[in-house]
Amino acid sequence: MGSKHKFGLVGFAAMTALVAATCAKPGFAQDRPGPSGGDAAVAASGKEIFEQICQACHMPDAKGGGEPGARVPALAGNKNLANKDYPIIILLKGRGGMPWFTDILTKEQIAAVITYVRGHFNDYKDPVTVADIERIGVANPPVPDCNCGH
Amino acid sequence: MIDSLNPPTRRQLLTMIGKTGGAMALYQAMTVLGHAADSQFNGPPKLSGARPGSTVLVLGAGLAGMLAALELTKAGYKVQILEFQNRAGGRNYSVRGGDTITELGSTQQVQFAPGNYLNPGPWRIPYHHRTVLHYCKELGVELEHFAQLNHNAFIHRKDAYGGKPQRYRDLYVDFKGHVAELLSKSLNAGALDTAVTAEDKAKLFQAMREWGVLDKSMAYTKGMHVGEQRGWERAPGGGVNGAPIPGDVGTLSDTLSTKVWEQIGFYTEHVMQTTMFQPKGGMDHIGKAFAAKVGKLIRYNTKVTKIAQDDKGVSASWVDTKTGATGETHADWMVCTIPAPVLNQMDFQISETKKAAIRALPYGNSVKIGLEMKRRFWETDYAIYGGHSFTDQPIGLISYPTGNFFGDGPAVILGAYPFGIGAYMLAGMTPEKRIAAALDQGQVFHPAEYKSEFRSGATVAWSRMPWILGCCATWTEESREKHYQDLVAMEGRIVLAGEHCSYYGCWQEGALLSSLDAITRLHQRALAA
Repeated sequence: MGSKHKFGLVGFAAMTALVAATCAKPGFAQDRPGPSGGDAAVAASGKEIFEQICQACHMPDAKGGGEPGARVPALAGNKNLANKDYPIIILLKGRGGMPWFTDILTKEQIAAVITYVRGHFNDYKDPVTVADIERIGVANPPVPDCNCGH
Repeated sequence: MIDSLNPPTRRQLLTMIGKTGGAMALYQAMTVLGHAADSQFNGPPKLSGARPGSTVLVLGAGLAGMLAALELTKAGYKVQILEFQNRAGGRNYSVRGGDTITELGSTQQVQFAPGNYLNPGPWRIPYHHRTVLHYCKELGVELEHFAQLNHNAFIHRKDAYGGKPQRYRDLYVDFKGHVAELLSKSLNAGALDTAVTAEDKAKLFQAMREWGVLDKSMAYTKGMHVGEQRGWERAPGGGVNGAPIPGDVGTLSDTLSTKVWEQIGFYTEHVMQTTMFQPKGGMDHIGKAFAAKVGKLIRYNTKVTKIAQDDKGVSASWVDTKTGATGETHADWMVCTIPAPVLNQMDFQISETKKAAIRALPYGNSVKIGLEMKRRFWETDYAIYGGHSFTDQPIGLISYPTGNFFGDGPAVILGAYPFGIGAYMLAGMTPEKRIAAALDQGQVFHPAEYKSEFRSGATVAWSRMPWILGCCATWTEESREKHYQDLVAMEGRIVLAGEHCSYYGCWQEGALLSSLDAITRLHQRALAA
């Protein structure tokens, strides 16, 4: 190999260092609509929040849908909701295919919608309060392990 | 070989680097030389020399799965694909007249006229998505331009301009005009004298005057030069009344109330820049082109219920959703492209760390609504040819079709494409109510025509698609940090692939790049085994 080759490798080493610096920030942007639509205002009452947000997946009757192995779980008659901390953790942190809702709902809205789902589609009448949301936020418990689809 | 007497050509140099340093070195060198700066794609993987009789089972016949099958077959593997649906393509999907859309809780019969379609999933391909573009070329998929940025389309906000939509062009010109005027005032007042040199200050004055189209007193005002960017009260013509008359400019407060900087920023993003492309006649032509190559390997209507492996091979248990028959398919290796919301419910023999990664991957929700109109009034009555009009209502935007400009007869507007809140609101409705809501909201842009010209609608809410239960993976920096490498790591004889296993989430490019990476690692492991 002649001297040109050596020059090429020296140049290449310099290039590698330069690229390493610029590769550090990969692109994160997903295909998305762009600005606006996500700004729509969500209602304040638990019933309306359920209709505007939750029933997109859990369906209007809160019975979920799909088949075993590919299910959206039912919220109606769901024994996991007996412990009010359970839905709070899920709404704050997400679980499985379901995202967290802290980007979309306020603490007041999270409390209102959980109160509605536990009381209306189940028989757990004790309300969930903003203080409950804050308690879970501070305690930061792990997301409960379950196969939520079943 | 390199001629030692002459400097190597660029191609020789790259070949040499590729031979000595491998693909990543070649990519890095190409980047520096300006070839591949915006893509990790270096061409198809050119795998070869699979051990005779080696088999691969691919789960899912979306783009990631079919690309894996295509390239692994070329490498000499015997491949089989199991697919839950009765069609190939996955989210690479178009609906046309006569098609049935089945969501959780509803069924629609699409009524579109022949030739019309809606792309419920991916719909546009940026110029630097080199993997998608490469395979379109290789597989003979005809691409056409996709109009992305249209200066003549609208922006609507309920709290801006009394809720009257404004042309993007006008808002863009007003925004930079006002910003330029304010910056020049700051410069004049000496407010930036410690931040800029006298020489740069002079250049900035010139830049603000030219970029903002400011007048002699460095103010952004109505005038002929502004008209040349913003359009006219009376457009230039011929003869006696040929002289144009400029229109009024917007005030600073009105301009700011539209938040037009968000659209300016959006169109500046790498993945949202022009030039964009789309397959002519529907995005599903890509899936169909892959299926033309690997379709004979696909077993349709096959719902996988269990995935297992040992040191000798992999197996998938399944149910035929048409006949109810059950079976088990064995192979040496597996590429699993099943989306996380379904995979996390499966009996999957894999490590706890990978399970944790799969369970920590929620999917965003999105809705699309196609509105077929009797005629192209946006073209004939508004001079809008492709591009998007944005709104802060739940529909997010409406988008005008690029194909068949000036065509007669019905055409399909994309009447909604939100993620987030708007998408949940629409997805929670029945398809009929969704379409009615899209007409109500979209008519803000075209009040005289939108409802009277409406012919038929079709919609897909991804959270209700039974085979995926979501649109695409939502990563955060924290979840990437904690789980991404666990998710993509090849474990034993199984590797995952799909957009969720990439840094190009929600893009077909991510699905294909992930697949190429997965099968390259699978092949290396298979040869080493």
